[in-house]
Amino acid sequence: MIDFLSAHAEIIITLIKIVLLLFIVLTVNAYLTWFERKVVAHMQSRWGPHRVGPHGLLQPLADGAKFLLKEDPTPAGVDKFVYFLAPLLALGLALTSIAVIPFGPDPIRVLGHQVYLYIANPSIGLLVLFAITALGVYGVALAGWSSNSKYPLLGSLRSSAQMISYELALTLSVVGVLLMANSFNLTEIINAQSHPAWGVGILGWNIFSGPFPQILGFFCFFIAAIAETNRVPFDLAEAESELVAGFHTEYSSFKFAMFFIAEYTSMITVSCLCSILFFGGWLSPFPQSWTFTYYLPSLLLIPSGLWVIWDGIRYETIWGRLILPGIGTVIALLGLALALPQLQFVNVFIQGPFWLLGKILVFLFVYVWMRGTLPRFRYDQLMAFGWKLLLPVSIANVVLTAFFVLLRSNP
Amino acid sequence: MSAQLLVFFILAALSVIGALSLIFQKHPIHSALSLIVVMVALAGLYLLMGAEFVAAVQIIVYGGAIMVLFVFVIMLLNAGLEEHTSISKMAGFPGILLALALTGFVAATVARSAGLFVQVAGDNGKIPGTLSSTRELSNMIFRNFAYPFELTSILILIAILGAIVLAHREN
Repeated sequence: MIDFLSAHAEIIITLIKIVLLLFIVLTVNAYLTWFERKVVAHMQSRWGPHRVGPHGLLQPLADGAKFLLKEDPTPAGVDKFVYFLAPLLALGLALTSIAVIPFGPDPIRVLGHQVYLYIANPSIGLLVLFAITALGVYGVALAGWSSNSKYPLLGSLRSSAQMISYELALTLSVVGVLLMANSFNLTEIINAQSHPAWGVGILGWNIFSGPFPQILGFFCFFIAAIAETNRVPFDLAEAESELVAGFHTEYSSFKFAMFFIAEYTSMITVSCLCSILFFGGWLSPFPQSWTFTYYLPSLLLIPSGLWVIWDGIRYETIWGRLILPGIGTVIALLGLALALPQLQFVNVFIQGPFWLLGKILVFLFVYVWMRGTLPRFRYDQLMAFGWKLLLPVSIANVVLTAFFVLLRSNP
Repeated sequence: MSAQLLVFFILAALSVIGALSLIFQKHPIHSALSLIVVMVALAGLYLLMGAEFVAAVQIIVYGGAIMVLFVFVIMLLNAGLEEHTSISKMAGFPGILLALALTGFVAATVARSAGLFVQVAGDNGKIPGTLSSTRELSNMIFRNFAYPFELTSILILIAILGAIVLAHREN
C-alpha cells in the first residue's frame, strides 16, 4: 500500500490538488453570487439577501439546494444529445481553465514532496487558456441551438458572433505582454515582471513598466475578456429585456446552475489572468526591502475580525449574535497567529498568494461594479466597438511594443 | 512509453470515429460537432509528439475559430436534415472506390517510408528540434520561410478583400 502510494505520489498529489481546487473554486463561486448581489444591492440602495443566515451568508447554500431539488423538464423537440452536452461543455471547459493558473511562487513540502500551487504548468500556459476559451463558445452556441426555441437561438447567434469578434482583440492584446516576457508560461510571465525600476515592485508590473507600458493592452484585454465571459455590458446573449433569458431560457434546475457556475468560473479565470499578465501576479507592489509589509495580511485580518465581532454582537437575530462573533474571532486569531514570530515561515509563504488573491478580488469587484453601473450595449454598437476600436488599438499596441522591445535589445 | 501508446490509440480511435460520424450523421450540426472531435483529437496527437504550440494553434484556429464559424452559419441558415438527390446517391459508388484507392495509396507510401519515420521521430517518439518549441517554430517561419509565409498572408488578404467586395456589391 505504502509502496504503491510512494510510487505514484505525483499522480495522487495531483488528484488531491484537483479535488481541493474544485472545492475551493465552487465555494468561491457560490459566495461570488452572494458578493455580487450584496454589492449591486448596496449600489442601488437596497439590502440584498439578508434572510437566510446572518447578512444572507447562507443564501448560496439555499440557492444550491433549490437548484438541486427543482424539477428538470426537457422541453419538447429538443436535440437531446446536444441539449445535455451544452451545459457539460460550458462547465467542464470553464473549470479546466483554472488548472493552469499558478497561485503562488513557492512549493509546499509535504512528506518530502514539493507541492506547487498549480495543477499543471505547461510551457504554453497562456495558449492553453486561449484554446479553452475558443472551445467555450460551443457551450453557449449549442445550448441555444438545441433548445428548439426562438429566443435561445437568437441569444446563441448573438453570443457566437460576439465571441468570434472579441476573441481577436483578446488574443492580440496580450501579444505585448508575451513580447516583453518572451514566454507563454504564466510563471515566467510573472517572473519577468520582478525586475522593477528603483526596486519599487509596482513599477515592474507590465502595466507600468518595460519598454512600453501595457496600459492599452490591459484595457483591450479586460474589455474583450468581459465580452468573452458574456457579462454586463456585453451580455447581449442573455439580454433579459429582449430575449427572456437568452441561450439558457429552456434550461432549468441544475443544468441552468451549470451555465451559471461556468460564467462565474470564467470571471475568476479572467481576474486571475488580468492580475498575472498585467499586474505582476503574486508580486508585492512595495520595494523588496520593506519587510514590514509582510505584516499586511495580519493588519488586514485583525481589524476585519474585530469589526465582524462588533457587528455580530449587535445583530438582530440570536443566530447572528452567536455565529458572527465566532467567525470574527477565527479571523482575528488567524491574523494574530500570522504575526507571531514562531509562524514567520507561514507568513512569508502566504505573501505571494495574498497579493494574487487581493488583485483577483479587485478585478471581481470591478466586474460587479460594472454590472451595477453600465447599461447594455446595442448590437451594432457592440460590433462597431469590437472591430473599429478594440482591434485597431490592440494591433497598434503590438506594433508599438515590438518597436520598443527591439529598440531596447539593440539600441 | 506504454501509457503514451495507449493515449495514442485512444486519440487515433477518437479521430477515426469522429471522421466516420462526420460523414454518416444526418444533421449538419452533428457533422460539425464530429469534425470538432476530429480536430481536438488531432491536437492531442500533436501534443503527444511534443509539438505543443502546433497543438494549441490547432485547437484555437481549427477547433475554435473556423468550426465556430461553421456552426454559426449552420445555425444562421437554420439548415435542416441533409437531403439526398439522385445525383448525390449516385456519387456514393465512385466515392467509395476513390476512398479505397486513396487509403491504399497512403498506406503504401507509409509502408515504404516506415524506416524514415522512425529515423525522424527518434527513440522517445518526439520529433527532435524542428517543431517542438515555439521559439524554433517561429524562427523557421519568420527567418527561413519568411517569403512563403508573407506570400500566404497576401493570399489570405486577397480572400478577405474579395469577401468584402462581394458583400458590398448589393449596396
